Amino acid sequence: MTAHAYTVPILNLLAACLLLISFAMLSRRRTQRLVTLFAWQGTILFLSTCLVAYSSGLREIYYSAALTLLLKVIGLPLILHRLIYRLGAQWDSETVVNIPLTMLVGLVLVIFAFGLAQPISMMATTITRNTLGIALAVILLSFLMMITRRKAVTQVIGFLAMENGLFFAATSATYGMPMVVELGIALDLLVGVFILGLFFFQIREQFESLDLSNLESLKED
Amino acid sequence: MELLAVLALPLLGFLLLALFGAKRAAPELNIAVSFATLLAAALLVLRVELHGPILVWHDQFFVDAFNVFLVGLTAFVGFTTALFSRPYMRIEEFHGRLTPQRLRLYHAMYQLFMAAMLLALLTNNMGLLWVAMEAATLSTVLLVSLYRTRASLEAAWKYFILCGVGIAQALFGTILLYFAAEKALGREGMTALLWTHLNTVKGQLEPRVLGLAFVFLLVGYGTKVGLAPLHNWLPDAHAEGPTPVSAVLSGLLLNVALYAVVRCKVLVEGSIGSQLPSRMLMAFGLLSAVLAAFFLWRQKDIKRLFGYSSIEHMGIITFAFGLGGPVANFAAMLHMTVHSLTKSSIFFTAGHASQKAGTQQMDGIRGLLDTNPTIGWGLLLGSFAILGMPPFGVFASEFLILTTAMRVHPWTTPLLLIALGVAFAAIFARVQPMVFGDSEAKPLPHSPALVPVFIHLAIVLTLGVYMPPALAGWYRAAARLIG
Repeated sequence: MTAHAYTVPILNLLAACLLLISFAMLSRRRTQRLVTLFAWQGTILFLSTCLVAYSSGLREIYYSAALTLLLKVIGLPLILHRLIYRLGAQWDSETVVNIPLTMLVGLVLVIFAFGLAQPISMMATTITRNTLGIALAVILLSFLMMITRRKAVTQVIGFLAMENGLFFAATSATYGMPMVVELGIALDLLVGVFILGLFFFQIREQFESLDLSNLESLKED
Repeated sequence: MELLAVLALPLLGFLLLALFGAKRAAPELNIAVSFATLLAAALLVLRVELHGPILVWHDQFFVDAFNVFLVGLTAFVGFTTALFSRPYMRIEEFHGRLTPQRLRLYHAMYQLFMAAMLLALLTNNMGLLWVAMEAATLSTVLLVSLYRTRASLEAAWKYFILCGVGIAQALFGTILLYFAAEKALGREGMTALLWTHLNTVKGQLEPRVLGLAFVFLLVGYGTKVGLAPLHNWLPDAHAEGPTPVSAVLSGLLLNVALYAVVRCKVLVEGSIGSQLPSRMLMAFGLLSAVLAAFFLWRQKDIKRLFGYSSIEHMGIITFAFGLGGPVANFAAMLHMTVHSLTKSSIFFTAGHASQKAGTQQMDGIRGLLDTNPTIGWGLLLGSFAILGMPPFGVFASEFLILTTAMRVHPWTTPLLLIALGVAFAAIFARVQPMVFGDSEAKPLPHSPALVPVFIHLAIVLTLGVYMPPALAGWYRAAARLIG
């Protein structure tokens, strides 16, 4: 393993950016901006995967970096932008309740994530072990975003951001999963987004809006 | 060879039905493919019975005593549901709820769903298991929203988001598992996620990582099992989707998800050397069984009612796996088998009953014995079977679970008895007026296929009084494996 002296600091920097973007997502109201942020998250993921591949010298990580570039930087944001355009939702924004409070809850989640990841990252031998806590924090923050938002598109972006966090956890703790599994995950993700795209149109056709507060009739009475 | 056929046939069916699913003969094609899958599965089961466990293709796929009966069960219920869905979906089309295009989607996704479940059962790779579970979720999302009504869209959205989030937790658990396994098995040869390899080195895996991994895996796959408090998607998806889909969701998908949980439990318990995972299974199982039993009282929709009953039974099975030991594991697997057969047959009859009445509300369904004796008897006998009346097989498995619980953890017995008693009273009180009484429902445009109902119930009855030695052998071997 020929880790450059500044590989680890750069990786930590990228991880911090990933976390910052997650917080930015929590505070954004405009749907289209969220897609841009999601694409940025993908870009950082791509860069960090490349860096891990370079420093570890494992060829299959380059493949998964290429997969990230194709799917998360180009593919999915493009699909989402087109979808928003075709739904005529470019200018949609949502009234998010109490952003400062959400941010505070987010902070608590980050501390929790670091506490949880601490004993595990002690055991990691990979160069990226410091970043496992950040990966878990990104997952939890995306989860928070899905809970606090009411728009269908936003929830899906939260879902995809969560997957980014998972991917980051996989590269930072284990140099990525076996290739078969990674391909399978990518395929599932792509199919999932297509299905959701279909879904948006069906929901809008039935409810004349993509606001999920309409979807609350099935409850135990 | 048989293994390849079991996996490839439903995929082939998916392609064929995606092309020709709108044709008149599509339901027959669906049946033919399902039957071919069943034959292949039967050959596979026979081979395992004659030559013992199979491990093929660089150990990526395997069949042992634990998954062999689930493969057989999945292929069998898949076939009988295809038989049932032929007239059922034609009637739905006749009532104007579906178009030929939607039927194409339905048939294609049905086969894809079967392929995903069989892959999840047969793969030895914990990562592929995750991929297959996710694929099974995705293929059923579109099935749940097939009618495109407001309620069905809502149910499908809830299903997608809840199970999507849940299964993301399971992926994190799988990553942690891989992280621990990589140290013991190394990265080379892609063996670090193979269950059989992990099982041999489970003593060397880092306990702290595996403990954390199990929490994520249990929450993740547990969402798909429908364990409380993560069960919210289940009644909605069962009530709003087409009936054949409710039957395969309840009868098969929940089993497959629980299978994944149990596989993980075996690894983790071997690693951390404590009973903690079993205790967690027991707690989740008991909570689900009791909670679902009380929710049964408040149901008005027939398919929701039996959806909650599925949560209750999955709770009981999870609890039994948590109890552990040869008898409880044996009973859990027997209960998996009889529950899936009985519940699917109940959904078959419930589906036709609500088609006849024109509503799924139980207040609107009356006098089934009078207007259509086969549906009425099917529902009545099915309900008796699911409520655990002797001599049906459910009685045998519940009896075994109860007696083991009494011996090992006596304090759980009253809770279990309350759950069973409340469920009995609730379901019986609902089914009785639907079956007896008068009705003015019109006859159906296509005669329903109720042969599967009685085949299922006959098997459940047989298992209650006579256990075939081969089946008992698998159960015992699997029970030893699970520990």
